[in-house]
Amino acid sequence: MSQLQQERSRSAGQATRVPAALATGPRRAEARGAAGRVFRKGTTWLLALVWLVVVGAPIYYMIVASIEPTSVYLSANPWFPSKGVTAANYEAVFSSGIVSYFFNSVIVAGSTTILSVTVSLLAAYAIVVHGSRWTGMVFRCFMVGFAVPIQALMIPLYLAILRIGLYDSLLGLILPMAAFSLPITILVLVNFLRDVPRSLIDAMRVDGAGPLRVLIRLVLPLSWPAIATVAVFDLVSSWNNFVFPLILTQSPSQATLPLSVFNFEGNHLQNVPEIMAAVALSAVPLFVLYLVARRRLMAGLAAGLGA
Amino acid sequence: MAVAVGRSPRRVRVWWPAWFLLPPVALFAGFVVLPIVLAVLLSFCSWDGSSAIQFSGLANWRQFIHDPSALAALERTGVLVIASWLVQVPIAMALGIFAAGRQRHRAVLTAIYFLPMLISAASLGILWNLLLSPVNGGVTYASTHFGLFFLDHQWLSDPDLVMGTVIVLVAWEFIPFHSLLFEAGARQIPRSIYEAAAIDGIGPYRRFFRITLPMLRHTIVTSSTLNLVGSLTVFDLIYTLTGGGPGQSTRVLALAQYLEGFESLNFGYASALALVLGVLAVIVSMLLIGVTGFGKMRSQSEGA
Repeated sequence: MSQLQQERSRSAGQATRVPAALATGPRRAEARGAAGRVFRKGTTWLLALVWLVVVGAPIYYMIVASIEPTSVYLSANPWFPSKGVTAANYEAVFSSGIVSYFFNSVIVAGSTTILSVTVSLLAAYAIVVHGSRWTGMVFRCFMVGFAVPIQALMIPLYLAILRIGLYDSLLGLILPMAAFSLPITILVLVNFLRDVPRSLIDAMRVDGAGPLRVLIRLVLPLSWPAIATVAVFDLVSSWNNFVFPLILTQSPSQATLPLSVFNFEGNHLQNVPEIMAAVALSAVPLFVLYLVARRRLMAGLAAGLGA
Repeated sequence: MAVAVGRSPRRVRVWWPAWFLLPPVALFAGFVVLPIVLAVLLSFCSWDGSSAIQFSGLANWRQFIHDPSALAALERTGVLVIASWLVQVPIAMALGIFAAGRQRHRAVLTAIYFLPMLISAASLGILWNLLLSPVNGGVTYASTHFGLFFLDHQWLSDPDLVMGTVIVLVAWEFIPFHSLLFEAGARQIPRSIYEAAAIDGIGPYRRFFRITLPMLRHTIVTSSTLNLVGSLTVFDLIYTLTGGGPGQSTRVLALAQYLEGFESLNFGYASALALVLGVLAVIVSMLLIGVTGFGKMRSQSEGA
């Protein structure tokens, strides 16, 4: 069954409304285009499979190489596991202290997300519910932040963090990461809060509830979908952030996962299987998240498109 | 209603919005706005990272105009931005439209398509560096043992090829993200339009050019903006893949300002380079938003 027919049968409600006399038109056109349709379908699937290889092969390679014994890697076919499949590379990565980097990443990504979402919710509530000229101006200032790339601010940020004594600390990573995630977080929450019925908010305020109480008792429970979406985005982007740890930390004890994998590569240049194990391990948490909450994760990543 | 009139919030000067906005504004001012100001100031100073910062007037900017390697970096950045746009938008659009189909097997395929989004760009650079390694890297092995002779090149060490490699790998990194955008855009096109077109006997190519493409125009604008700014500022992948080398072959502006600062310790001159990068990024996004209207971009995501 062609895609078109499937689509049509799914929306049968609309299809039945088509006058019967018109129906001969498409049938003739479809008969003429049958060969073309098979060709197009074949091409589509061929290209889809090509892209599957383009995306899947490197990830497959990473996994195969990571279970290959170091001694045979350089002489064996790297695309197929040899007989001596081993977990030794993963053990080596674990003994290099990846667990502490993992916890650093958890602390940094978790705190960044909580901080960013909390203050953004306050901002979004003030911008939407108060909605005066000056809150609108503040909102536009935040939106200008969209256009400012992190990469162009590495040096002044390094200088600022150095001078306030937060260099080489996790807090020195959390604060800038949260600050840079504010524009997107505020935008998503503002767009969502605009749809919260004003009458509900006004009713609570008439009953004497203060703004904080309205926010916690009414707006917060209503906003969970938007909060979850934008929290996922903040979490993934701070988890994978490489630039800030690169320029704002120096001791291994403060490194997060992406930086530790890079450092690991520098220290094990000849040992490809171990590097691959490190890369694979650093991706495991988000892969697990992807498996258990694909829809939420994709919605969160799409929110990153922001504007 | 009658009760509310007596103490309407408009009459009384209220302070809670100021308290609510204080934490986010402080955070933003301290770590985004202040660095922007510092970036401008630093570009008129010289600083080696440890001794005192000294005002040096226009020295950095004079150096910039006469620095052939900076202009080469600027040119490489331009090539990367334009090539990335040309490569990524069509592929991302095709994948997004494909992923918007609702058959089950498509869902399985697209679940794999999006995997690169989950791996940090730094890790992707490392992964591809090893894949393309001439010492039994996966691609090298495939070119000699699987008969894929067209892959038999020094992808990372041939100065004439390496920028092409970077363009392809940046595309590999970003296409999943953009196809996600196009998937959302394609899902919003009402199916009834296609049904009407099919009833009128309009063929698939005309359906694409007359319906799909015009209906996706806001998505194309959003994706292009993010694409241009994204490839202008791409750093992690190139830094871990080539470090700007071999020689300076992949030293784009984002890398040039980092290396000039954090490796050569010319933080003043590096700030001038970074400022050029930042201004270019702001101009590109302002131009695109100005041409197309921010409101349109916003209504796009509100529907999603």
